[in-house]
Amino acid sequence: MSGDHHGSDAQLAAKVRQVETLLEERGLLDAAELDRALEAFLARASPANGARVVARAWLDDGFRARLLTDANTALGEVDLSMGGGLQEQRLNVVENTAEAHNVIVCTLCSCYPIALLGPSPTWYKSEAYRSRVVREPRAVLAEFGFDLDPAIAITVWDASAESRYMVLPHRPEGTETLDETELAALVTRNGLIGVAPV
Amino acid sequence: MADRFVPGMSVRTSRTDPPHHTRLPRYARGAVGTIVESLGRHPLPDDRARGLPCEPSQVYTVRFTARELFDAGDHAVTVDIWESHLTPVTDAEVVGP
Repeated sequence: MSGDHHGSDAQLAAKVRQVETLLEERGLLDAAELDRALEAFLARASPANGARVVARAWLDDGFRARLLTDANTALGEVDLSMGGGLQEQRLNVVENTAEAHNVIVCTLCSCYPIALLGPSPTWYKSEAYRSRVVREPRAVLAEFGFDLDPAIAITVWDASAESRYMVLPHRPEGTETLDETELAALVTRNGLIGVAPV
Repeated sequence: MADRFVPGMSVRTSRTDPPHHTRLPRYARGAVGTIVESLGRHPLPDDRARGLPCEPSQVYTVRFTARELFDAGDHAVTVDIWESHLTPVTDAEVVGP
């Protein structure tokens, strides 16, 4: 029974509110403190963070290697972390190359590295994306206007446990003269999910 | 405690469709895949969601071919799976990379 994450946003919000109320009543949680924590977390959460990480990885092979082997530690080098939630989440950065392409999904709900990509887009949480991208990723990418070369192998990463995933897009050709800020400006949220080339 | 599975090992996922929450996605049930890496130990949400006591147990990234999961497709899918949802596959059973 893995498909029991349904129900409307309103139902879910009501449940969350109920839990919050219980925690407040028992003195385990201060509502104002929770609001402050959420606001601070969301204020820092943006796809500009992921884009900055990608630009650095494109320019610095050492950083790229560290990012691919131990992303949580590498993030510290650019003053970012996966510790915005209750516990630090493990990040796995998966690299696109001339031969391999990666796409991320959470088929069970909508797990997503919010700190690096900002709040997730509605389509990412949709039943259609979650159920289809694991079965027919090329068709789904085509619907995003992304016709991937058939010779490039696709891996779809289902964030079904405690790890979060981010795609490191392949650096576009003709960007050799760009600096880190200019490179970061090329990177889109959809590129970090893998449904766009960059 | 040593990991039960190491990268490169073939494993089969559970076929059980439990009457409660599970983190083993339906599309990945009863499938043979390859261990990619160990992700550390975490409490199993299948038990935690039911209020059962649960010691943290090993989670692995497991790679499957689309053909194994869906009988179609040329891509691969990786799923992060708790150890209790996996059993070793004997050499005679091994399919594909």
